[in-house]
Amino acid sequence: MNKTIIITEDGTHVLYGDISDFSESILKVIEHRCLVFCLCQNTLGSVCGYFSFIANRIVPVMLDSKINTELLAGLIKLYKPQYLWLPDHRLNDFQHDKIVFTGHNYSLVKFDGNHDFPLHNDLALLLTTSGSTGSSKFVRISYENIEVNAASIAHYLSIDENERPVTTLPMGYSYGLSVINSHALKGATILLTSKTLMEKDFWTFLKTQKASSLAGVPYTYKILNKLQFSRMDLPSLKTLTQAGGRLNKELRNEISSFCLRSGKQFFMMYGQTEATARMSYLPPQDSLTKPGSIGIAIPGGEFSLIDENGTEIKEHDITGELVYKGKNVSMGYATCFDDLRKEDENHGTLFTGDLARRDSDNFYYIVGRKRRFIKIFGNRINLDETECLLENIVPDCACTGEDDHIIIYITDKNRIAEIQNYISVKTGINPAAFSFRQCAEIPKNSAGKTIYSELDIS
Amino acid sequence: MTNIEKYKQVFITLFGVKEKELQKLTYQGVDAWDSVGHMGLITELEETFNIMIETDDIIDFNSFLKGYEILSKYVTF
Repeated sequence: MNKTIIITEDGTHVLYGDISDFSESILKVIEHRCLVFCLCQNTLGSVCGYFSFIANRIVPVMLDSKINTELLAGLIKLYKPQYLWLPDHRLNDFQHDKIVFTGHNYSLVKFDGNHDFPLHNDLALLLTTSGSTGSSKFVRISYENIEVNAASIAHYLSIDENERPVTTLPMGYSYGLSVINSHALKGATILLTSKTLMEKDFWTFLKTQKASSLAGVPYTYKILNKLQFSRMDLPSLKTLTQAGGRLNKELRNEISSFCLRSGKQFFMMYGQTEATARMSYLPPQDSLTKPGSIGIAIPGGEFSLIDENGTEIKEHDITGELVYKGKNVSMGYATCFDDLRKEDENHGTLFTGDLARRDSDNFYYIVGRKRRFIKIFGNRINLDETECLLENIVPDCACTGEDDHIIIYITDKNRIAEIQNYISVKTGINPAAFSFRQCAEIPKNSAGKTIYSELDIS
Repeated sequence: MTNIEKYKQVFITLFGVKEKELQKLTYQGVDAWDSVGHMGLITELEETFNIMIETDDIIDFNSFLKGYEILSKYVTF
């Protein structure tokens, strides 16, 4: 308990025992199991709140602290939380009844109007499906999901108490949270910062506190590459992990060779929030010999492929839907408070929606997606849902794109600025990710469905 | 356009801000200038002025004014 769990930007050391004390203080205020909205950022208040809620069997809904006020109000109506845990600087953005507890620049606000409703006994927390703030759909994660996934990750990454990961991803995002959970499980020390890779203070913190690992989505690696990461002298940094979408070939080769050359381990991984975080990893020694592979299932997990009839594909190199089995598969989704009483609907099996093949060494490769999903800065975005959102403000549109880039086809180019602002606010994604093309009309088939293949010629 | 006008225009276009807001504009001061926006900014400045900005300068570039000071090493304003 006298071991350091967190070192903050200003050098404050927080002990595992301090978290227990904080947790007890919270329990004195919230005495029963209920729902709390947790506005997350990579600061002490946010992390202490999260650990305390989990320890006290209070169910946090993990949201980004920058969430748009109007969106949050909508979520509060849908989910009826009894409390809101938020950074003090956002207190004035919300109407609230009273502040019942404060600590580390965070406040716990009570909504007197919201009363108890049933929460399933296994339900531990809710995570957003896409990582972005636009959706009101959450993934229901159980206590077992968190523990099993954290233990499995700690196992294959060989995490022990000497590890010092520096935070590079938001803690409210499944991958960012998995870094925190897997290290806390092993008694490691988390270097907690809200600074980004684009700030000098981040690099000073990483160097002075001797960070041993960092985690990144493909965009993180684009930034690292731009910063000529491979020329930096970072002897303490031993492990790099990557998930949240596919790394392009050039970056993959660049980072893999740099790590092999400099004695660092580079883990490319695959997962979904629906599986708590992680489903597979590519062992570092295979990073160049199995190019583009998502590797093998994590310890305790199992992959299989099924064809269109749901029959298992036993042969190599045949494409089918990737199916994952493991105790980290979430309980299901929630779209309103009433869903939080629901039983486990997945029963340990996740149909990923990703199309994959398996090679003769039983390594898996993602070759496409069953549904129209793309990854934007590590977040999974459904293009059909994006179109639905846009149809609130435009009569017709179509969205296509690739990872980190959404193309929106519209019929009125005079509205680009307005639409760009709207979609960026609604999804919480940087406006630079959206580009616009004008077309006279959106091509449709006789059933009224968009013909995406004809968009570019119209 | 003069170089200072070009410099201002990059911010105005990328971050959707007004000219009078530029003097006080800082990294993360507007939603669009996050780490993704910063990558876009650096790339756009490099293309506009045909330069390569060094790593230390990229991570030191935390405001409109600081950027002006940094770019003065590469560009004559």
